Amino acid sequence: MSVDIDTVKRVAHLARIKVTDTEADEMTGQLNTILAFVEQLDEVDVSGVEPMTSVVKQEMKKRADVVDDGGYPQDVVANAPMSEDNFFMVPKVVE
Amino acid sequence: MTELTKLTLTEARDGLAARDFSARELTDAYLGEIAAGNQALNAYVAVTEDKARAMAAASDARLAKGEGGALEGIPLGIKDLFATKGVHTQACSHILDGFKPPYESTVTANLWADGAVMLGKLNMDEFAMGSSNETSYYGNVVNPWKRTGSDEALVPGGSSGGSAAAVAGALCLGATATDTGGSIRQPAALTGTVGMKPTYGRCSRWGTVAFASSLDQAGPITRTVRDNAVMLRSMASVDAKDTTSIDAPVPDYEAAVGKSVRGLRIGIPKEYRVDGMPDEINALWQQGIDWLKDAGAEIVEISLPHTKYALPAYYIVAPAEASSNLARYDGVRYGLRVDGKDIADMYENTRAAGFGAEVKRRVMVGTYVLSAGYYDAYYLKAQKVRTLIKRDFDQSFEAGVDAILTPATPDAAFAPGAITDPVAMYLNDIFTVTVNMAGLPGLAVPAGLNRDGLPLGLQLIGRPFGEETLYSLGSVIEQAAGRFTPKRWWA
Repeated sequence: MSVDIDTVKRVAHLARIKVTDTEADEMTGQLNTILAFVEQLDEVDVSGVEPMTSVVKQEMKKRADVVDDGGYPQDVVANAPMSEDNFFMVPKVVE
Repeated sequence: MTELTKLTLTEARDGLAARDFSARELTDAYLGEIAAGNQALNAYVAVTEDKARAMAAASDARLAKGEGGALEGIPLGIKDLFATKGVHTQACSHILDGFKPPYESTVTANLWADGAVMLGKLNMDEFAMGSSNETSYYGNVVNPWKRTGSDEALVPGGSSGGSAAAVAGALCLGATATDTGGSIRQPAALTGTVGMKPTYGRCSRWGTVAFASSLDQAGPITRTVRDNAVMLRSMASVDAKDTTSIDAPVPDYEAAVGKSVRGLRIGIPKEYRVDGMPDEINALWQQGIDWLKDAGAEIVEISLPHTKYALPAYYIVAPAEASSNLARYDGVRYGLRVDGKDIADMYENTRAAGFGAEVKRRVMVGTYVLSAGYYDAYYLKAQKVRTLIKRDFDQSFEAGVDAILTPATPDAAFAPGAITDPVAMYLNDIFTVTVNMAGLPGLAVPAGLNRDGLPLGLQLIGRPFGEETLYSLGSVIEQAAGRFTPKRWWA
């Protein structure tokens, strides 16, 4: 499989990365090189093989469903580019 | 270099315990080395001088009372991927500009609890994506090693390039690092240092900036095998804050160093003899086989038939997980924000300005392979291939193999800019990436110099939680090969 420039622009939008036409053109070549490289996997017969979900066998850990952390909203927003009254500030999203 | 900075981590530990010198003197010696050498090597992106001196003073107080921990007073460098409370933590990316976490990673918290001293944060490839430390927002790290008779700068490998260079150049006694496809072992091999990627789940991932969560694992880079064993014991723990942390006690790894390897079965995988590999690498591998044989180990040829598919499968799994993990960098909660005409435009502008070219490439590949209609063909298939890669290893271990010996890298250090094709760069991890795909421990040990005088390393791969066996075998190689120190040109 290979990608064209329109697919690259669509994927860039899905990934929320703005690309110029020049960048999209450059990325098309690079992505196709990488996709051609991973296509080697087509040689492998994976029929009847389960996909890997965990490299080390272990029981999923559980904990009591209780609040055991929190109560410091000022720390949570401390690194925000914009915040007010312990809320994150973003451009207006509803009219 | 002062006499103090010539000591290994374990020698310094013993000297501190015997009160031959103080933690403050040791830390000052390292801060002096950093001040003299960091401009040339660019290993540190932030030096925490005041914090280091305060921590060293606290260590001296504990040592005076006879209450020193396992790493009391030992000055360490920390890869910029580990969250350190109130201190520069940016994964060497522009998008995390100014980020100072209000919390501490479990790995670093463990080190401070054992008395270690933080010298600063170490340079790395952006978000740990790279094999040469050329993708850092803070510029290239320079390898302390140069070719004999040449002044050309060389890369230290990556992504833990700052960690490896700082240890090789004696700008710290040991460094934390992380390894997703080879990011501890490849730079260790290229700088003549010792690097351990532990079994997946041995070190907590909590508070470590995530790249590919099913592959990421923290480990130490040090000057000697014994130093490495001591540092891993402190880094490793059982952590309720990481669901993949394994509930198993942390052994005394140092006790395994120097232990007899007589009777251990060492597998030599024929698939690791790849075309175009320099003769020197083959010769080094044979030398390693002979050393282990001389020490009483039994050598057996094994087959790991899916080896060649590990790297292509990795370049589906790792970018897929990265595209998901890096979705959090949106200009809202931390770091860089570049305004736009609406919120989506703000996201796109922020990520376009904040991510470097290699990170964008991987996020794009990951987004593509996870997008509607392609999930089965790429991601699911890669995860099935991963099952086969792990099965290859399982079968060798079931047949009685205790550990596997391979070269660590396909070649020695190269010049920055020498590899521009992304796939050619990915091939640097051809011998290391299989280990992450199977979740196994892997140890890179320096084993010799090439004809240009550059270090080369061997890799030992262990059974799950077989770190002790690797340290025993690694110390055999270290004893036979000796230690390698670069000529000090940087200060």
